[in-house]
Amino acid sequence: MSDIALGGAFTTQESAAIRGDFAILSRSIRGGRPLVYLDSAATSHKPRQVLDAERAFYERHNSAVHRGAHQLAEEATDAFESARETVARFIGAQTQEVVFTKNATEALNLVAYAFSNARAAGSMDGVDAAVAARFALGEGDEIVITEMEHHSNLVPWQELARRTGATLRWIGVTDDGRLDLGDLDTVITDRTKVVAFTHVSNVLGTINPVAAIVDRARAVGALTVLDACQSVPHLAVDVVDLGVDFLAFSGHKMFGPLGIGVLWGRYDLLKAMPPFLTGGSMIQDVRMEGSTYADPPQRFEAGVPMAAQAVGLAAACDYLTALEMSRVTAHEHVLTKALLAGLARRPWVRVIGPVNGKDRSGAVSFVVDGIHPHDVGQILDDAGVAVRVGHHCAWPLHRRMNVTATTRASFAAYNTVAEVEALLTALDRVPVIFGTVV
Amino acid sequence: MDLYQEIILEHSKRPLHAGLREPFNAQVHHINPTCGDEVTLRVRLSGEGRSMVVADVSYDAVGCSISTASISVLTDEVIGHSVQEALSSFAAMRRMLTSKGADPGDEDEIGDGVAFAGVSKYPARVKCALLGWMAFTDALSQAGVDVSATPASTSVPSALSNTTTSNTTESS
Repeated sequence: MSDIALGGAFTTQESAAIRGDFAILSRSIRGGRPLVYLDSAATSHKPRQVLDAERAFYERHNSAVHRGAHQLAEEATDAFESARETVARFIGAQTQEVVFTKNATEALNLVAYAFSNARAAGSMDGVDAAVAARFALGEGDEIVITEMEHHSNLVPWQELARRTGATLRWIGVTDDGRLDLGDLDTVITDRTKVVAFTHVSNVLGTINPVAAIVDRARAVGALTVLDACQSVPHLAVDVVDLGVDFLAFSGHKMFGPLGIGVLWGRYDLLKAMPPFLTGGSMIQDVRMEGSTYADPPQRFEAGVPMAAQAVGLAAACDYLTALEMSRVTAHEHVLTKALLAGLARRPWVRVIGPVNGKDRSGAVSFVVDGIHPHDVGQILDDAGVAVRVGHHCAWPLHRRMNVTATTRASFAAYNTVAEVEALLTALDRVPVIFGTVV
Repeated sequence: MDLYQEIILEHSKRPLHAGLREPFNAQVHHINPTCGDEVTLRVRLSGEGRSMVVADVSYDAVGCSISTASISVLTDEVIGHSVQEALSSFAAMRRMLTSKGADPGDEDEIGDGVAFAGVSKYPARVKCALLGWMAFTDALSQAGVDVSATPASTSVPSALSNTTTSNTTESS
């Protein structure tokens, strides 16, 4: 991130224009209070441009992609494949390396299942032996994740370990919410076949040092899988720069529709991988005795694909590109710093995660002394402030940080400093109502 | 807001009958997977048949003010009462909590439980208020009480079905 980029927060006029694109932000809730939406790490809202793109697809081009010889089928296929190009360009990828999935969870499972499906007889026939060996996983091999993973990048690897007899290991988290890289060389070893980790923690907001982990993984020949759900909507992400082998993210957290996610993978690896979900669309030839499969990305897109959502996601990429990702990052950084500063002035609040803005994204989790996050969230909701409470699908991380649950505020490009102030004002009611601060 | 009645705040700050005690007939551990709240709850029964009485309910709970206060009220309502009365209280409490604001609750049946009437307007919090009650009826079941023969067993709301359970049954 350059210094020029950091100066690029949106002006008041620009913010107003952005907010005007998101109709839901102008509705009121809980008896007429304006909505202050600070839960974009769970899901973001969708601008008119995305909704219009989806509607236009259904109204003008709706048809089953990759099927039929009629004009609508051609147009739908073209729209779907154009969307793939747009998404690929957005993350610096080759078009054929982008696989559409129903969400990021499916994308991560797709990679995990490649390892266990590769064990079945005949699955890797015709694959270069050196590439096939990278997917060979069994007893004595190790899978490495981190203690700050969302369940979607944790449970699939636990299950893969169970199916294959491999051992699951993890990189720990420090008290201040950073990955503990001190023992990186002892956790990632010659036995490691895959390292799966998050780019940005959905709880702590920590931006992880991808290069350090990728360097170590490469040194031992392990594949790398990056959960980019919390980075792609907020930071400029380039898969080539990152140097990972796979990258997964969801559409709905980046102003795109629900029901679509993306798996990006290096083409030679995707090409070697056996399919995950099977059925229509993903085949090359089907006979009663057996089938052969299409090349990627079609091999991993069984069934009629979510073309309207893909078109919507491409519109979301265009929307973010028009905003400029460096300015989105800079804008959210200003909000994050304002919130961290406001919370620091309240001694009865403790931030769980990095307390300064360095290498930090706009998900800020905290606990209030003596008051359960559910109760905090309820008081905030009463003031129209929408936050997330609970363990945010990162239960082991919460256990590591010695908290049952946290309250999390998270930002997107449409949020404003005024909304940070609304949160802080509402937060001040919490200890008053519960009588913990006199 | 009508959620945090003074009675609820009072029970949550100073929960009644808290702590785990012996002897007990059954112990259960319930978790609310959406927020991580947990309760370990024990029941001790005395007497037999229709005269069976809830002699003690003891617990160790980590949770929000609603769940903590609800368990506190539960113990106050059922300890020393017959199992049949306890199950009736559960049924009344659940009826109120799942009424979406329509049922204000009957103080004769659930005592301080009526303070939770406002919870029924917040669907996400109903599970909090029922966590202890679900654990309690599960513990009764583990202790050999037929909870299916009571009105309490009718129509468990689907919102409650993902409460996870682990049980340990011990005889005192």
